[in-house]
Amino acid sequence: MDAFLNQLWIARWPLLDGLITTLQISIVAIVIGTIIGVLVGVQLTYGSYFSRMPFRLYVEIMRGTPVLVSVLAAFYIPSVMGLSLTAKMAGILALSLFAGAHIAELTRGSLQAIPVGQIEAGRSIGLTFKQIVVNVLFPQALRSALPPWINTGVELIKGSSLLSLIGVAELLLNTQEVIGRNFMAIQFYVFSGVIYLVINIALDQTARIFDRR
Amino acid sequence: MGYSLHFDAVWSNFHSLLSGLAIGLVMALFSLIAGTVIGLLGAFISRGSVAGKWLVGFYVMLIRNLPLLVIVLLLYFALPQLGIRLDKYKSFVWALSLYSGAYLIEVFRGGLSSVPAGQVEAARAIGLTRLQTNLYVIMPIMLRNVLPSLSNTFIGIFKDSSIAAAIAIPELTFEARRINTNTFRVVETWLIVSCMYVVTCSAMSFVLQRIERRFPKF
Repeated sequence: MDAFLNQLWIARWPLLDGLITTLQISIVAIVIGTIIGVLVGVQLTYGSYFSRMPFRLYVEIMRGTPVLVSVLAAFYIPSVMGLSLTAKMAGILALSLFAGAHIAELTRGSLQAIPVGQIEAGRSIGLTFKQIVVNVLFPQALRSALPPWINTGVELIKGSSLLSLIGVAELLLNTQEVIGRNFMAIQFYVFSGVIYLVINIALDQTARIFDRR
Repeated sequence: MGYSLHFDAVWSNFHSLLSGLAIGLVMALFSLIAGTVIGLLGAFISRGSVAGKWLVGFYVMLIRNLPLLVIVLLLYFALPQLGIRLDKYKSFVWALSLYSGAYLIEVFRGGLSSVPAGQVEAARAIGLTRLQTNLYVIMPIMLRNVLPSLSNTFIGIFKDSSIAAAIAIPELTFEARRINTNTFRVVETWLIVSCMYVVTCSAMSFVLQRIERRFPKF
């Protein structure tokens, strides 16, 4: 145990850096993913059949492919298109698109759960469609969408560990590098596992509190 | 831009993509079977006693909040330190089973609570023992009710099998990355591989929906 604590003290900065990168990536991805998801979700619920098609295709592709494939595709494809993205940017791109598809589906689900009468009532008092969406539908949809939205955050923190495979120095890759130096595989994998657990359980409990309301 | 699509390089390697797909499906199937065992055991144990409920809840919370990649690396790289050495296929299938087991416990727990109380009471009333009630009354009703979530979990497990690429198991994602670095046909490779995943998942959900329709719902 002493040896582990000693090694942990030596490795504190890379691990802390990794943790910060993990959080940073997840936060940026959930912000971009939410913007994409809400816009696509509204389109999927209220768009005409043809305007829904491209968005449905996007959601189906993202939900049908593993996150790892999206991550690798986002890492390799932009460079041949003449765009140079860093590994971190590519990872954020992939995770945002993944989160966007999930949030689009849960936005659609919560919007469809709202009784049609609410839209009709809004229209009858003379609100425009935009006003109905913002003032009538969103506040109601928010209540049922909030817990699964927080769970998408848990999925993103878990998914960000996949970026270690394209060389982003997040928590897991830095843990692996530390293990490469001191060969304490169990101790350090368990240590970073506990960090993931603490963050995700905190998020999960928050989701449960909102779920009860 | 100056990039034109040439699919030849990928097609000539298509057999390795297919074998990768097969490896992924087989690993997913084994994990589904082991995960179902874990899930059923967990669901019944958590209904049995308070201690059991607490223990199973702890397991579910632990596994669901850990990234699968961490579990995979822990089993493959850290267990040998304790003298337990598994080959990569075995350790990956174990990791995926433990992971999907936690999700399946939740599925079966939901299924158990969906069994109408009247059915259980009727079974007790005609003199079936506890075991018989569980086996002949609760299980068939529950299994039918969880079939949709079970097929969703199977599709999820299949997608998660892509993480086996991290420990160099030659499944679909690993083969795609290999073709990608060997031929530099980047766009074509990922296009085809994404299509293969999407088509496989859609085909699976189509077949599983057909199976669901053949059983009457309670």
